[in-house]
This record gives sequence, structure tokens and C-alpha cells, in this order.
Amino acid sequence: MRRLRALIRKEFTHMRRDPRTLVMILIMPILQLFLLGYISNDVRNISAVVFDQDNSRASRALLDAYRAADYFSLDYVAYSEADVTQLIDSGQARAGIIIPPSYGGDLAAGRSAEVAVLIDGSDPTIANAALSAATFVGQAHATNIRFQQLAVRGPAAVTAGLPFEVRTRVLYNPDLLSSYNIVPGLIGTILLFTTMGLTANAIVRERERGTIEQLIVTPIRNWELILAKITPFILVSMVDVVLILLVGTLWFGVPIRGSVLLLLALSGLYLLPNLGLGLLISTFARTQQEAQIVILPLMLPFWMLSGFIFPIAAMPAALQVISRFIPLTYFLVIVRSIVIKGVGIEILIPQIAALSIFAVLLLGIAALRFRKTLD
Amino acid sequence: MDPLIVASDLHKSFGSTHAVKGVSLSVRAGEAYGLVGPDGAGKTTTMRLLVGALSPDAGTAQVGGFDLQLRTEEARAGLGYLPQRFSLYGDLTVVENLQFFAQVRGVGSADFVKRAAELFKFVGLEGFEHRRADQLSGGMKQKLGLACALVHQPKVLLLDEPTGGVDPVTRQDFWQLIIRLLTEGTAVIISTPYMDEAARCSRIGFMHTGRLLVEGTLRELTASMAGRVLELAAHPKDTVKRTALADPDVEDVLTFGDRFHLRVKEAAGPLARLPGALAEAGATVERLRSVPPALEDVFISLLASSAKGN
Ligand SMILES: Nc1ncnc2c1ncn2[C@@H]1O[C@H](COP(=O)(O)OP(=O)(O)OP(=O)(O)O)[C@@H](O)[C@H]1O
Ligand SMILES: [Mg+2]
Repeated sequence: MRRLRALIRKEFTHMRRDPRTLVMILIMPILQLFLLGYISNDVRNISAVVFDQDNSRASRALLDAYRAADYFSLDYVAYSEADVTQLIDSGQARAGIIIPPSYGGDLAAGRSAEVAVLIDGSDPTIANAALSAATFVGQAHATNIRFQQLAVRGPAAVTAGLPFEVRTRVLYNPDLLSSYNIVPGLIGTILLFTTMGLTANAIVRERERGTIEQLIVTPIRNWELILAKITPFILVSMVDVVLILLVGTLWFGVPIRGSVLLLLALSGLYLLPNLGLGLLISTFARTQQEAQIVILPLMLPFWMLSGFIFPIAAMPAALQVISRFIPLTYFLVIVRSIVIKGVGIEILIPQIAALSIFAVLLLGIAALRFRKTLD
Repeated sequence: MDPLIVASDLHKSFGSTHAVKGVSLSVRAGEAYGLVGPDGAGKTTTMRLLVGALSPDAGTAQVGGFDLQLRTEEARAGLGYLPQRFSLYGDLTVVENLQFFAQVRGVGSADFVKRAAELFKFVGLEGFEHRRADQLSGGMKQKLGLACALVHQPKVLLLDEPTGGVDPVTRQDFWQLIIRLLTEGTAVIISTPYMDEAARCSRIGFMHTGRLLVEGTLRELTASMAGRVLELAAHPKDTVKRTALADPDVEDVLTFGDRFHLRVKEAAGPLARLPGALAEAGATVERLRSVPPALEDVFISLLASSAKGN
């Protein structure tokens, strides 16, 4: 126990003495979040078609809200849903706002109304902007109505939930990269980087700098060394998860519908196979550079094939098979389900099982291969 | 008294390089074993086998009576090792390095303060406790390495070229430290490329291409060559060398600074013939006499005969 404590303290000292790495670990996810999250948000005047079946004062107020927000330019008016899709298909409009006939009535009666926004997903940049704008403007307007209702009728008369909801549907590219997807995806990829990449490096560094030679002759056990190496990165990874979630909710308005604790717990589970991979890499590589040579080409397919960037359903069958062997694939499902859909643990059993199997396999192989010798 | 280190018939290969070929040795308490040999002779590999950093392809090693393969941790508990390459943490301070190795070696924190003060005084690192290890000079790094290797008061100490890249004054300091450890009963194996350092050891093993060619005390090693080394002071160099080698009883001519050492079959013939031959060749002879052999003479003669044997 004393040995383990001494080892862990040493790892934290290394981390403290190398603030650049620490800053990178903590700043990088936020930076990426803003980078990816904002690629979308600078697009204005997206050409839109409106199909207002209600044509009431309430519906016109909603459209005014959309107009005022400057994201959409309501260029076309349609008189059927077919017209809407036709205009989007032809590329003349990038988005379609469909207001149901019952909109005004529902609002007045305190029932929850539903507004549909169709979005052309073929250009992810524009689509992202349209998606977040549609949701954001809708929510803002709904909140306004709620306040008016409260003012006019008092709290007793107001139902729970917002007076109407914007249902977005992305055509052509349904798993579109959006802040809704970026936040979960980033949690997965950042954890991949901190655990696999940095753990491998932290161990290989002992070999590269020759310090392993002095460690070998001490009574430190393999598992103590492994545990000490991964502990700081587990902690930092968890801090990263919390940071991403905070910025994701507070800044980008991604709601966390499910349990944050469950999400943190499953993030912990997801760390294990990645740590196993990092350890495994460290048993092959002699220098940090050699480790990087393995890690980078490994990260790329993880990004590409996990469903973070491209929807899995749209991939060729062979690639779909590969995606099943990537832990990130399962973790993305977990994060999206918890964050966006708010599901509980019972729905996620298959993913949890898959991650557990990966964890046992990878950690097992790594622990068997890990030797405290020079050869 | 049983030896503290026993190696028998150790072998180690890296791919096609047979780095250690059947090394056997034993070292007792208070004894310093000097492992000498040219670069690539297999000194470091032997040391690594003796601390269990490498596992041997064949052969066994025991430290403090414990088999290194079977009872690794017990064997290592009494073992201190200073690797050839600096192997402490450059980003930790001097005292942090020492503390880390004390803790993983199970030195109690109550004992540590006293032990640290003692060790820093012993190796001469007082006043540098809070300097980062990578900001130390080469000699100070080695001293810190020695302090870390000694923190748990090992009975057996392996030093791999501890004076490599260290200035002559610090080298003397280092040897004073080693001599103190020996008087306290530590068994030491020290590898060195310097013959003068090897000559200070109680026993010397000469390693070449993975083999221990000879082993013995300084006296034993030089005895085989007694009466077979002549010292010659003469110039010009080239003429002297050529003329000396032409003598039928001269086997080899070594340059020793401004003098030559001649290895001869027997001394009388060359002592009688050489002054005349050299004068005839136009060389000026200042001195020619029989001297006691140095370690270099022994090892170079060994290398020559092993080269002939191959
Ligand atoms: N890890 C390794 N992998 C491959 N070859 C090695 C390894 N370690 C040593 N060797 C080879 O084994 C031989 C002996 O090397 P070793 O380091 O033991 O020699 P040495 O006597 O310590 O030399 P030096 O005086 O240069 O330190 C050399 O030919 C070396 O290249
Ligand atoms: Mg060496």
C-alpha cells in the first residue's frame, strides 16, 4: 500500500511538473467542443419554406420569432407537405417549417403542440446551424409563451412542460453532426485519447528514459505499476467528462435527460478497454514515438467507424462489421441514449456487456504481456 | 562465509548477438569485483542478468542466497543497482527521487529523514536536495544514483560504469565511497573501462565478446606475465616500434604515454640485443628495463592470444 501510494504520488508529481500536458488534457476537449460546435453556428439566412396550416395569430407569432432570429430567411410558402419536400429536394430551400392546423387551438387550450422542422442534411454545416437554430428559437419562443401564460392565467392553469415542442427531422443525413452529437462524441474520443494515448506514453516514457531499469530492481509489482500509471488519467478523464457536460449544457444547450451519475459510471467502464489498449501498446513500443505510430492510425478508424462522424447505418457492410469491434461504438450509443434520450441502465445492457467483454479481454492480454523486465 | 553473489554459466542472446556466453563468478562480503572489458564486451548485460532486469537464456544467479529466478523479490530486497544510464526521474528533485525509492523499498518515513541526511552527507549532495535531478552535473547525477541505490542499505551493490563521464576529482570521491562501503561488509560488483580503477578491486574479471577470459586478484593476473614486460623509453616512435617488433623475442609493442611496453617471450635476449639494434636504426634510447606487468599488458596479451585462437 505504501508502495502504491508512493507510485501514485510520483505520477501526480510528473503531471504537475509537466503543466503543458495537463492544460492540454483539460483545455483540448473544450477547444474541440467550441470548434466543432461553432462550425455550425455562424451560418445565417438559411433559406426556408413555410407550410402554415394553422394561419392563426399564434402561428404567425412563431414565424415572426423565426424571422427575427435571423437564422432563417422564410423565402417560400408551401400549401402541402409534398411542396415542402419538393422545395428541399430541389435544393431551393434548406429547411421547412410545418405548423399543424391545431397549433393555435392547442396553445390556447394548454395542450402541448408540435411544430415540425425538416432540414436538409446534405450540407452538415448548414444543417447543423439550421438544427440548432430551429430548436433554439423554438424553445425561446415557447418559454416566452409560457411566461405570458403565467402572467395572464397564473400558475395553476399552466400544464407542465413547454406549450409546444419543435420536432426536427433531418433528411438525407439523419445522424448529422450537431452539438447534440458532438458532445457525446467528444466525451468518447477525449476519453479515448487521455486513457489509451496518455497511458501508453506514461509507461513507455519509463522505458525510453531508462528509469524502468531502476524500477525493475525495486519490489514494485506489475499491478502496482499499472494501477499507479492509470490512476491520474482516470481522474483527469472524469474531470474532462464533467467539463464537456458542463460546457455542453450551459453553452450549447444540450440537455442531459438521463442520469449524470449513470453516465459517469459508464464512462468509467468505457475507460477500461481503452486503458487495456494503452497498456498493450506500451508492451510493444520502446519509445513514445513508436507508441504514437501505433496510436494515431488506431484513433482514426475509431473516429471514423464508431458512428461519431459517419452514421453506421450508412457504412458498407464490411465497415459495419469492423465498427462492432470498436469500444467507442458502444460508448457513443450509451452517451447519446443517456444524454439525448434519457434512458436508464436497463436499455443499455447489450452495450455494457460489450464494453465489459472488451475490458476483460484487453486488460487481461495486456496484464499477461506486461513484464517488469527489459526484454 | 558464503558468497553474496553467485552466477553460474549465465547466457544471454539478443537475436543473433550472443551478448553473454557462460559467465560464472562469485563475490563475498567486503569484496569488490571489477568487471573490465572493451565496449560491447557484455558487462552491462551481465549486470542486468545479476539484478534480474533481464532473464537469462541459461544459467542461474543467486543474490544473498536467493535464486534470482525463483525468489526474485527476496533476492532483490538486499540489492542495490546503479545502471550505466542515468535512470532517475529528471523532473523530480533530488530529495523526491530519494524519497520515492525509499518508499517503494519499504524504508519507514521516520527512518527516512535520518537516512536521507546521512546519504546526502555521504555522497556529498548536501545543499542540492531541492534541485531537479535533470539540472545536476554528470557527477552529481551519479552520486544521486548511488544514494538511491543505497537507500535501503543493501548488502550487495552493482555499479555499472559509475565513473563514466565523471571528472577525475569526483572519480576519486566515488572510490572513497566504495571503499567505505566495502569496509562495512558490502559485496560490490563494479564495471569499468579504466584499468587503474579495476586494479583497485579485490578481484578482477576480464570480459571480452561475452566471455570472462580470466579472473583473479591483481597479483594472480599479473603473475602469469612476470618477467615478460620491458619498459622502453626511446624515440622516434615509428623507428622504435618497427625495430622492436623485428626482434624475434618481442611479441607486441604497446604505447604507454611517452614510453613503450614490450611483451617478450623472455627478457634476457631483447635486453641484450635491443639497445644496439635501436642505435643502429637511428633511434635514441633513454631507458630499457624489465618492469612488473600492468593490467593492460595482461589483457592485451589475452586479447592477442584469443584472437589467434579464433
Ligand atoms: N537490449 C539489447 N538488444 C540487442 N542487443 C543488445 C542489447 N543489449 C546489449 N546488446 C548487445 O550485446 C552486446 C553486449 O552489450 P553490453 O551493453 O552488455 O556491453 P558493455 O560491455 O556494457 O559495453 P559498454 O562498455 O559499451 O557499456 C553488444 O553487442 C550489444 O550491442
Ligand atoms: Mg555497458
